[in-house]
Amino acid sequence: MVIVGAGECGVRAALALREQGFTGPVDLIGAEPYLPYERPPLSKDIMAGEAEPEPRTIASADRLAAAGIVFHPQRTVSAIDRAGKQVALSGGGALAYDKLLLATGAVPRRLPMAPEPTGRIAYFRTFDDALRIRAQLVPGKTLAIVGGGFIGLELAASARHRGAGIVVIEALPRLLSRGVPEPIARRIEARHRAAGVEFVLGTGLAAIEETAAGVRLRLADGREIAADFVVIGIGAVPETSLAAGAGLSLDNGIAVDRLLTTSDPDIFAAGDCCSFPHPLYDGRRLRLESWRSAQEQGALAAANMLGAAEAVSAVPWFWSDQYELTLQIAGLPDEGASIVERESEGSLVLFHLKPDGRLVGAAGIGPGNAVARDIRVAEMLIARRAHPDIGALAKPDFKLRSLLAA
Amino acid sequence: MPEWIAACATDDIDTEDVIRFDHGTQTFAIYRSPEDRFYATAGMCTHEHTCLADGLVMGDIIECPKHNGRFNYKTGQGKGAPIIDNLKTYPVKVEGGTVFIEA
Repeated sequence: MVIVGAGECGVRAALALREQGFTGPVDLIGAEPYLPYERPPLSKDIMAGEAEPEPRTIASADRLAAAGIVFHPQRTVSAIDRAGKQVALSGGGALAYDKLLLATGAVPRRLPMAPEPTGRIAYFRTFDDALRIRAQLVPGKTLAIVGGGFIGLELAASARHRGAGIVVIEALPRLLSRGVPEPIARRIEARHRAAGVEFVLGTGLAAIEETAAGVRLRLADGREIAADFVVIGIGAVPETSLAAGAGLSLDNGIAVDRLLTTSDPDIFAAGDCCSFPHPLYDGRRLRLESWRSAQEQGALAAANMLGAAEAVSAVPWFWSDQYELTLQIAGLPDEGASIVERESEGSLVLFHLKPDGRLVGAAGIGPGNAVARDIRVAEMLIARRAHPDIGALAKPDFKLRSLLAA
Repeated sequence: MPEWIAACATDDIDTEDVIRFDHGTQTFAIYRSPEDRFYATAGMCTHEHTCLADGLVMGDIIECPKHNGRFNYKTGQGKGAPIIDNLKTYPVKVEGGTVFIEA
C-alpha cells in the first residue's frame, strides 16, 4: 500500500490500514520536512500563542515505526505508472503498489497579480508559512489579509491577539459567503470589528506593489491601502497534477465514486484533493476541505483499499475558532430552503430545512463550546434524514437530544 | 493521598448526561449513565484540553465537543482518532443523594 500525502488524511489512512489488520508494507510519502502534523492549530494556537511554535505532531516517529509505516519525508511523487503499478519518487527511486491512495490535499489559490510568495507577500498552508507570517505579527505593524474566508479570519483573530493591525479585503459584499449563513457571518464580522479589525468589503483588488517601506494594495475603486505585510487567503484548489498526469478523471478535484475509487480501480483518493457523490444530497458531488472529513475519508479509503466496499456517508462537519467564539457547521446549509433560529445566551444556531421539513444543515456560533451539543445532535438528525419539530428546534430550553429518541 | 470529595447531588445530573466539577486546580467530569449509575473522569479531553462536560453522552461514550474524540467514560478508553491517550477515571460512590469521587 502506498499513500501519497502525509497530512491528516494520509496519516489516518496509514494508521487505519494497520488497525484493520493489514500486515503488508505501508509507505507514506510527505512533501514537507516534518513529521505529519495537524494543520488547524497553524492559524489558531500556534499563531496566537506565546510558546515557541512547533508543529503539533499527529503521529510520532515511534508511533509510525511501531505501526510499521515507512514514512518518506520531503519526497514527492513525480509520476504514476498505472500499467506497472508503481510510483516514481522525486530524487529517484520507485515504490510498487497493489493499491495507491492519493491524499495530496489542496494548495492555496493564487492571486493572478501575486502568483508567488515574496518577501512581503505570503500564502498560508504549511507550518513554514505560519512561521513566516507569525514573525510579522508585532504591535505597530499592519497586516493586510486578502480574502474574508476562514483562513484569513482565523489569522486576523490571532494577529490581533499579538497586537498587529489588521485590514481584511474581501471582493464579495460579505464575509464567509461560501457555506456560512449570513446572520452568523455578520456576528463574526461584528466580533472582529470590536477587536479593531478593519474591513474593506465588496471591493476587488487591482494591484499589489511592493515598495521600499512595505506593500501598497490598490483597490478596484482606486483606493490605496498601505501595509507592512500581505497574506493572501482566497481559498484552496485541489492538488491534482499527479492524478491528471496519470490520466485519472477529474471533476473539481480528483473524481472518485462513493467508495473513493478513482477511474482506476487500484487508485483511491481522499480528503481535500477529491470530489465524491454524497448520498444525503441526491449524489451531489462534494469536495470538502475539513479536518474531520479528511480523517473520515482517510479511514474509509483504507477500508476500501482492503476490499470493504463501504460507501461515503458521513455528514460534512466543520469548525472554526476566532477569539472566544466557536463556529460549527454540520451538513450543507445551502441545501435548505428555510431557516429556524435558536438563540440563547450569546449563541445562535440556525437549522436549515428542505421544503418538506427535512433537516439538511445546521450552523451555530457561540462562546466556547456553547453550540457543540446542538450541532452534534443536528448532525445525527441530518444523517437520519429526520424531519424534526420546528417548534422544538426554536425553543432554547428544549433539550434537542430528545429528538433523537423519536 | 486520594480522598473522597463531594462532587454534586445525584439530581444535578440528568440520566445519560455529564456535568463539570472543579475542585482546587483540577477539573473533573461526572457522568450519569443510561442505567442510572455514576462515573467520574478527568474533565479535559486528552487531545486538546477541551472541557468534556460540554460534550454529548451517548450510551457509554462521552464525545468531546471540539473534535469529536470519543472515550468510554466507564473505563477511560479512547475510541480512535484523534485520541491517542486514554482518559483518567476516578472511583465514585453515592451516599445520601450525594455523588463522591475519590481523587
